[in-house]
Amino acid sequence: MRTPERLHALAAFVVKELRHILRDRQTLVILLLLPLAQVVLFGFAIRTDVKDIRLAIVDAAPDDASLALRAHFTGNGRFRVVATAAMIEVIEPLFRRGQADVALVIAPGLARALADGTPAQLQLITDASNPNTGTTIQAYAGAVIGAWQIALPGARQGVVIEPQVRMRFNQSLESVNLFVPGLISLVLTLVTAQMTAISLSREKERGTLEILLVSPLRPWQIILGKVAPYLLLAFANVVTAMVAAWLVFQVPFRGSLALLLAASTLYALVGLALGVLIAARTNSQRTAMMGSMIGTMLPSTLLSGMIFPIASLPWPLQLISNIVPARWFIVIVRGIMLKGAGIVHLWQELLVLAVMLTVLLVVAIKSFRARLA
Amino acid sequence: MTLAIEVKDLTRRFGDFTAVDAISVDVQVGEVFGFLGANGAGKTTAIKVLIGLLAPTSGSARVAGFDVVTQSEEVRKRIGYMSQRFSLYDDLTPRENITLYGGIYGLSDLDIRARGTAMLSELGLMQVADKLVSTLPLGWKQKLSFSVAMLHRPAVVFLDEPTGGVDPVTRRQFWEMIYAAAARGTTVFVTTHYMDEAEYCDRLSIMVDGRIAAIGTPAALKAEFGVSSIDEVFVRLARPTTAGAG
Ligand SMILES: Nc1ncnc2c1ncn2[C@@H]1O[C@H](COP(=O)(O)OP(=O)(O)O)[C@@H](O)[C@H]1O
Ligand SMILES: [Mg+2]
Repeated sequence: MRTPERLHALAAFVVKELRHILRDRQTLVILLLLPLAQVVLFGFAIRTDVKDIRLAIVDAAPDDASLALRAHFTGNGRFRVVATAAMIEVIEPLFRRGQADVALVIAPGLARALADGTPAQLQLITDASNPNTGTTIQAYAGAVIGAWQIALPGARQGVVIEPQVRMRFNQSLESVNLFVPGLISLVLTLVTAQMTAISLSREKERGTLEILLVSPLRPWQIILGKVAPYLLLAFANVVTAMVAAWLVFQVPFRGSLALLLAASTLYALVGLALGVLIAARTNSQRTAMMGSMIGTMLPSTLLSGMIFPIASLPWPLQLISNIVPARWFIVIVRGIMLKGAGIVHLWQELLVLAVMLTVLLVVAIKSFRARLA
Repeated sequence: MTLAIEVKDLTRRFGDFTAVDAISVDVQVGEVFGFLGANGAGKTTAIKVLIGLLAPTSGSARVAGFDVVTQSEEVRKRIGYMSQRFSLYDDLTPRENITLYGGIYGLSDLDIRARGTAMLSELGLMQVADKLVSTLPLGWKQKLSFSVAMLHRPAVVFLDEPTGGVDPVTRRQFWEMIYAAAARGTTVFVTTHYMDEAEYCDRLSIMVDGRIAAIGTPAALKAEFGVSSIDEVFVRLARPTTAGAG
């Protein structure tokens, strides 16, 4: 076959793959919505954890009443006072840098207001970048203030709590920020390694692969045709995950989008090659699914630094983590998204992925060449 | 080139087990050659070696004038294959399957459309051209599968039990399609275990336990064994080892 015919043949094959994917609506919808669902669910799950609330106090003119209120907060295990200042301007930068979750602003003359029975002003400022934890923090703070009020001599009324929710860019939400790159890698692993393994082993199981192998298509054409549509899907997923992370949790994006997409492509290709390899080495869809689960999804979750920091793993697992592609990819994504790192900083990780890809491709095409012997 | 298929002492082993045991067969261009044998005789294995899906353990084979080991790419361009299992894509329509295979075999879009439409109307499948293959009855699927294997007008077509599980009327139609293909010059290499079908072949071989036990025209074989049907020839050959055709 001449080159145009080869391309035509490849195009026909890719069209067929796209048809399979588009026709299986349920799987497609799941694959498209998965990154969104994962980012939102995991994000909230992490962020609603409000055990250690960092409190900044603005008390312009401390008196008996305000000191008593502050004591209630320091005495409560849930709050940790990170700063006390006389002016709100001092608190502002703490908030901006993400060193405080909530600010309590006590208007001057609290004791006098209480004695006179005039309304006393208390302001609670929380970060609105996560409405969920914001509300929880407000509720906890309100409970502490309530306890203080009850303890006041004569149980005075008339304290007005004025909750204030401010839109703030909070850089402290590290858990979510660190988690999103992990999720991106997980989603990519799923659509590349797992889906390729399943779709290729389905052809093997149904006997259609034999027909393809008997045709003039070359192994690389079959592999390329098989993985190209999933690469597209992977792109869509990366973008969805990042947009979701940014819209819902304001996870920053500081680096180059082009570099991130390039790195994602590299990582997706590693996943696709793994998928092909798994399919070539297994004999049924079921084993291919198990194989890709154990061979790719588990290490990508547990040995990649996504959930447990690599340094906290026992040394044999640390050693193994080196051959887990996700481990390197997560470093790259975190670097690009959170630190704005460029290729100068990340070339080593990128190189590791490139080497992995080369090795996997050679092995995958080889085991594919072995045909159905 | 007068021989479409040339097989010399072809052997294929799986570990210690010899599935194909030093077979030699020549098939003329344009012939309908029946490759008979009980279940497990080694027919599928032999076909897979001939089409390049399995490597031979020893011996040699040429198909359409090319060596199946060293020139497998040339061979693949010139052959059609219908596997023992139904292997069109169930979740695609007949037309989409045709478009796919046409594309893979390097036909132009124009050719694909023209041949596809001609094929579908010949098969009487125009009304279901855009329905999923999974919704078609088995007989229709088999006929479609055969036509798809013939789409690129191969020099040699390998049919592995094409009529398995198909009703007698459809089997009849199927054989008409086989004759039509042969009339257009395609060599047909077909396995079957329906003995009545054996009578339709120009020549046939009977395989027993990996070896070719008899080969010739139906008439010559019947004369050789002094019986009146291929079925009886088959029973004579098969009796010493295994029971009947499966
Ligand atoms: N991949 C394989 N590994 C081991 N044995 C096999 C393999 N393929 C076929 N066989 C064995 O070879 C013999 C011939 O099988 P096959 O060629 O499928 O027979 P037929 O098509 O005539 O029914 C059978 O005994 C089968 O079990
Ligand atoms: Mg068979």
